[in-house]
Amino acid sequence: MSPAEQAQITQSTRNGWLLSAPALVLLTIAAVGPLAIVVAYSFMPQGDFNGVAWGFSLEAWQGILFTKDVFDGTLAWADANLTIFWRSVKLSMLTTVFTFVVGFPTSWFIATRAPKARALWLFLITIPFWTNLLIRTFAINEIIRKEGLLNTILLKLHIISKPLEMIYTDTAVFIGMTYVYLPLMVLPLFASLDRFDMRLLEAAYDLYASPFQVLRKVIVPIVKPGIIAGSILVFVPSLGAYVTPRLLGGGKNMMIGNFIELQFGQGRNWPLGASLSVTLLFIVTGALLVYVRHANRETTHGQ
Amino acid sequence: MASKGFVLSRLPGFNAIAIGVFVALYLPIGMLVVYSFNAGKSVASWEGFSLQWYAVAWANDAVKDATIRSLYLALSAAVISTLLATLAALGTTRRAAFKGQTFIYVMINQPLMVPEIVSAVALLIFFAMIKQATGYAGMGYLIAAHAAFCIPFAYLPIRARLEGMDLTLETAASDLYASSWQTFRFVTLPLLLPGIFAGMMLAFVTSLDDVVITVFVKSAGQDTLPTYMLGQIRRQVTAEINAISTVLLALTVALLTLFFLLTRKKD
Amino acid sequence: MTQTIAVEARNVVKAFGHADTAVRALDDVSVQIRKGEFFTLLGPSGCGKTTLLRLIAGFEMPSGGTILLEGADITTLPPNKRPVNTVFQSYALFPHLTVAQNIGFGLEMLGRPKSEVQATTARMLALVKLEAMANRKTSQLSGGQQQRVALARALAPSPKVLLLDEPLSALDLKLRKEMQIELKRLQLETGITFIFVTHDQEEALTMSDRIGVMSAGKLQQVGPPKEIYNHPVNRFVASFIGETNFLPASRDGDRYRLDCGIKIAAPASNAARVTLTIRPEQVRLVAETEADALPAKITNLVYFGTDTHCHAALLDGTEVVARLQSPASGDAGLAVGQSVGLRFVPEAIQVLED
Repeated sequence: MSPAEQAQITQSTRNGWLLSAPALVLLTIAAVGPLAIVVAYSFMPQGDFNGVAWGFSLEAWQGILFTKDVFDGTLAWADANLTIFWRSVKLSMLTTVFTFVVGFPTSWFIATRAPKARALWLFLITIPFWTNLLIRTFAINEIIRKEGLLNTILLKLHIISKPLEMIYTDTAVFIGMTYVYLPLMVLPLFASLDRFDMRLLEAAYDLYASPFQVLRKVIVPIVKPGIIAGSILVFVPSLGAYVTPRLLGGGKNMMIGNFIELQFGQGRNWPLGASLSVTLLFIVTGALLVYVRHANRETTHGQ
Repeated sequence: MASKGFVLSRLPGFNAIAIGVFVALYLPIGMLVVYSFNAGKSVASWEGFSLQWYAVAWANDAVKDATIRSLYLALSAAVISTLLATLAALGTTRRAAFKGQTFIYVMINQPLMVPEIVSAVALLIFFAMIKQATGYAGMGYLIAAHAAFCIPFAYLPIRARLEGMDLTLETAASDLYASSWQTFRFVTLPLLLPGIFAGMMLAFVTSLDDVVITVFVKSAGQDTLPTYMLGQIRRQVTAEINAISTVLLALTVALLTLFFLLTRKKD
Repeated sequence: MTQTIAVEARNVVKAFGHADTAVRALDDVSVQIRKGEFFTLLGPSGCGKTTLLRLIAGFEMPSGGTILLEGADITTLPPNKRPVNTVFQSYALFPHLTVAQNIGFGLEMLGRPKSEVQATTARMLALVKLEAMANRKTSQLSGGQQQRVALARALAPSPKVLLLDEPLSALDLKLRKEMQIELKRLQLETGITFIFVTHDQEEALTMSDRIGVMSAGKLQQVGPPKEIYNHPVNRFVASFIGETNFLPASRDGDRYRLDCGIKIAAPASNAARVTLTIRPEQVRLVAETEADALPAKITNLVYFGTDTHCHAALLDGTEVVARLQSPASGDAGLAVGQSVGLRFVPEAIQVLED
């Protein structure tokens, strides 16, 4: 390589870093750096009133799964915590599956419209996506709460004699999360289906496939990357959800997000909150890595 | 009409589900909007058209304060994040891949990957330390936090625009005696502007919508519209919330429409 | 006399990629391009012709060697410091500027006074006959019009050398023919040195003063079109420019013995083993019985309208194509399987020593 070529590359790389530097600085101060402190806190003992005390301790990590008996110091499963984890995972999975079941036909519907109409339908999915999460949750709240629209209608029609107790149940959280995260499933699925070559349908039907076989054997395998992307985009925020379970699940039906918040209130357990946060972060990172791996494999397959 | 014949792309039941999904998506929001004009207090009964809840919200100083704070915060965050994202996008596109580029991508997209509650908790701890050390408790914390998590939202459309841009245009400019700065000023920037506006709009909407991080980072008396609403909903449901929601919704729809007009591909 | 040389490349090497996997796009290329000439770099895609052009423009830095402009070393000069302009294959017109603004861009960057920019732009618009389009956006123009704007834009700063990177490849055949004539006219009118890159041999033959044929990063032959066509120095040049027949042969005294056993006359050579090439239009079809005729059998007849290609196999199976002008009746009176005689004019035979 000649010095001139070398100089060109060196300068290009230097400019790349210099231009990115301001963003990196802000992100380090107000996003990544604080995460490091959370990690550190998870290895510290609990402070006397709140916060942490200096020192090293694995108690917070132990505290995720076990409770220590106050008197004899024996360990027992922390049932309350386990219930919350199980609820979080269960609801997130249910949400993911259900958003897929209804989101796939929706994406297919959009992808098979004429180009002009397609843009409009897509826009209709995008509006709820960008609408304040709080407003959307609140809107669901208005429908399903005790004096809400659904109960009012059902009562007036005499289908039920007393209001259904839907709000502050797991079902309410599930309905709410499905509602707020559905666009996250539809958008990547649509992106995949939009690139799907519709002529393959002609080929499949020509070769005697039934509609169901076309779906199973042709469409789904080809748009698999979109399915995985959508599933992860729904599962990840569901697992860390805070607002929706807070408003629809009430104080009892907590998910991990609310449980973490609880640890940072007055006189609570900051190190435990930190270790819970790190755990959540790990699960999410793991899910994303699976996706990246898969996406990479798909693209190398394609070429 | 009876028999529509075979349509290649139709799968049984799909259209029905899709229409159902659109109805389900818009029904709750629609009810919210409709009942914001209700004369009565409850969604249980419609008592006639009225703008009274808008009047109530407008007269409420807490709402006014929160609105102004929200707009100020969103505007600051959008301007800062868009500026930084534009620079970063220029730094990470259209040059030979360099060592550390993946690191930069991960850093920039980090706010999208980390669960919001975790970021919120992290910022709570970190800013509490700074507050204690410096005694400063102003809007700076919220602006910094919002600007940071808005960066990926501003970055994505700007980068997309840059990547879609024909590199030979810049080569042509340098061939026609433009210096690096002139090339940027007279060719790259004018072509990039729609992307920059689009990015700024997404950043603005993202900041305006944020609840979780704001709740954890704000000091006393720094309610934004969403945190004010959250507080209200926790206590009791008032029809005032419907009115505020409707206004926020209208703002989001307006900005999104503008965004789509800006990024729409010209035929 | 360096004053007559516009551009010179000395031992230019350009490698892409990293050390072990590096690909040599240019492998020790040296060439002199004279002032005021229409020089064409011709070769298949990937032969390095565009790379050489980009090195002259300054868009890329060579891995080795020197590039001189009128005797001055410009090897490491950035493109905006070189009095050389380019017409890009994609035209690269600025979509946010009008036609006139595009044409005036270079002069404006050079900081020329407004009056001069306006005057030159007007002159250029007239030169490419686009006066009526001055205030249009470039996206509203047809392909041919965009091509003219690209030309005017590159000519406006009166460069010492104009580089044209396959500028006609996006146009349809009819428009391409028109633009070929137009380009030649512009070159004569402006007197600027043109370096033209193309993979189209016909384009190269019709427009160029001299052609440089490239293959695999090397310059194979440099010369005027007639010389390149009639006296190709190697098999690549012979086959790339026009169609030709290859006949393996051995020297036998002052004649050559073809592999079918028959001896024929051809220009002298030193090698024992050679390949004789002859263009299809130089092959004559004669009666089988005629003296010195090569006996052959017609294997295929392909009708092209103006002429017919007659494929014939020699005794050993070597195929020879003869191009026959279609007679007025449209029927040459030939049939597949028919035995014929082939005759080569000795002067039309080129001897390649492989």
